[in-house]
Amino acid sequence: MKTNTHFAFFDEGSKKEIRRAIMKAVAIPGYQVPFASREMPIARGWGTGGLQITLSIIGKSDVLKVIDQGADESVNAVSIKKLVHETTGVELTEQTNKASVIQSRHRIPEVALTEDQIIVLQVPMPEPLRKVEASEYMTKRMHAEDDYSGVWLMLFEQIMKYGKTATSADHPVYVNGRYVMAPSPIPRFDNSKLHQSEALILLGAGREKKIYAVPPYTNVESLAFEDYPFSVEVFEGKHCHLCGSTDVFLDELIDPETGETIHQCNDTSYCIEQLNKKAEAEVQTSYA
Amino acid sequence: MLEEPILQVRNLRKQFGTGCMECAEVETRKLEKNFCKNCGTVYACQDISFDLYPGEILGIVGESGSGKSTMMQCLYFDNEVSSGEAFINTPELVSNNVFELSAQKKRSIRNHVYGMVYQNPVHGLKMNFSSVGNIAEKLIAAGNRNVGQMEATSKKLLENVHIPLHRMKEEPRNFSGGMQQRVQIAKALSNNPPILFLDEVTTGLDLSVQANVLDLIKVIQRDLGISMIVVSHDLAVIRMLADRTIVLLNGKIIEEGLTDQVLEDPQHEYTQQLVYSLL
Repeated sequence: MKTNTHFAFFDEGSKKEIRRAIMKAVAIPGYQVPFASREMPIARGWGTGGLQITLSIIGKSDVLKVIDQGADESVNAVSIKKLVHETTGVELTEQTNKASVIQSRHRIPEVALTEDQIIVLQVPMPEPLRKVEASEYMTKRMHAEDDYSGVWLMLFEQIMKYGKTATSADHPVYVNGRYVMAPSPIPRFDNSKLHQSEALILLGAGREKKIYAVPPYTNVESLAFEDYPFSVEVFEGKHCHLCGSTDVFLDELIDPETGETIHQCNDTSYCIEQLNKKAEAEVQTSYA
Repeated sequence: MLEEPILQVRNLRKQFGTGCMECAEVETRKLEKNFCKNCGTVYACQDISFDLYPGEILGIVGESGSGKSTMMQCLYFDNEVSSGEAFINTPELVSNNVFELSAQKKRSIRNHVYGMVYQNPVHGLKMNFSSVGNIAEKLIAAGNRNVGQMEATSKKLLENVHIPLHRMKEEPRNFSGGMQQRVQIAKALSNNPPILFLDEVTTGLDLSVQANVLDLIKVIQRDLGISMIVVSHDLAVIRMLADRTIVLLNGKIIEEGLTDQVLEDPQHEYTQQLVYSLL
């Protein structure tokens, strides 16, 4: 049986509600707007927050890219792409600069985004205060009263225990000097890309039923103590074993044959782009 | 007296329940202790007024349910008052009724002007954070963002309360009751608060540890000149610490004066009973 689904899966009422939540989120940068997270054809916790945002903002002329921790071909990314494509018919791409909407799990692409693009991040845990305060009533109050000592205390504890802040991902940020926000589990490497981003950044947590946003050109500052400045992952002396890139976020892999540690671009489309450029250059020089 | 009180409390009232026709009027109401039998409203604090002077220790005694802890919680904004006024004599807060300030202002008072030591350390400490972290929490809340500084301050305070520094990164839940209480005191002192509240701090501790904690409080008062309100039902504690004492019964002040005077020559019937029931 093949039934015709509505454009972009949702009924218009649902889209309207989610768009309203998004509007409010954009109006109050970093503030978590509650929304009625819908039942989706994928399980909660698998990107339903991001998917609901994508489906409610996508139009017929949009070009969609979906990435899962840097990879375009991962199962999760592919099934989300399929679902959106089947219900909207929009064009899909793997090239970051060709996409108008990018849904991403835990990475911001290496290629700088532009004003014409929207990046949608999937969020498992939107509340940066949750680890210190279990009650939603209390955390809402703490946000309202600008009481973020809990988040700072968490970082302080990490410094006491490990000698440095130990947030491998999801390092809390101050948005527009007001709300502390969980940037979703992107590596610290990507935190700087949030600051004064040209693209609109939307974050959706389906299981936790929250939407929040960083509008373009907003100040985003990673939390750091005076004597322990914020630092990102360093890959000094390491390069991608495929394309040779150095100033990107690298995955550490073990070569199954030699047992050696090798590094590879985490952003697959960026890596392929670099390889293509190289190949093109080679062709040009060898046939010149 | 020329000295200005640092904390003035006027007509503090706290009731639990809405009240009814029979207990609405202060003068005519008939209560069973502090409890209205008709509607079940508890009048925990009724018209409590007192002054706290700089550097003094004010003792508050009374039996269980006399409103000591409720009064403390009201002053520390853990509980909202039903009515009443409190004035803190610092340049920023002068002539403001602190009960009417915004939640942010109240929090700032808690972080900068007040220190609180609860009877149960669970309320005052985060049991799953390190002891240093617990002390730093208050410093962070007061706006400090320098790890080195906060660690040094915490170390000094922990040393003052005789917590061995090799255990400073341990969580208070691993500590004995006396140690937890001392960590709590260190935390309460971290911002050099001019006013410190101590709610039954020695209750439940064994005698030698009690002596340690009391000694510590005495030293703190002498060295730092902090004003304290000490709530206790233990008259020995009050006798040792307090300069002046207030006796509470059923949410009302029934007697107040110099500690020696109250304990040696009690005027009110209840105080007499209290003093003579001392073993």
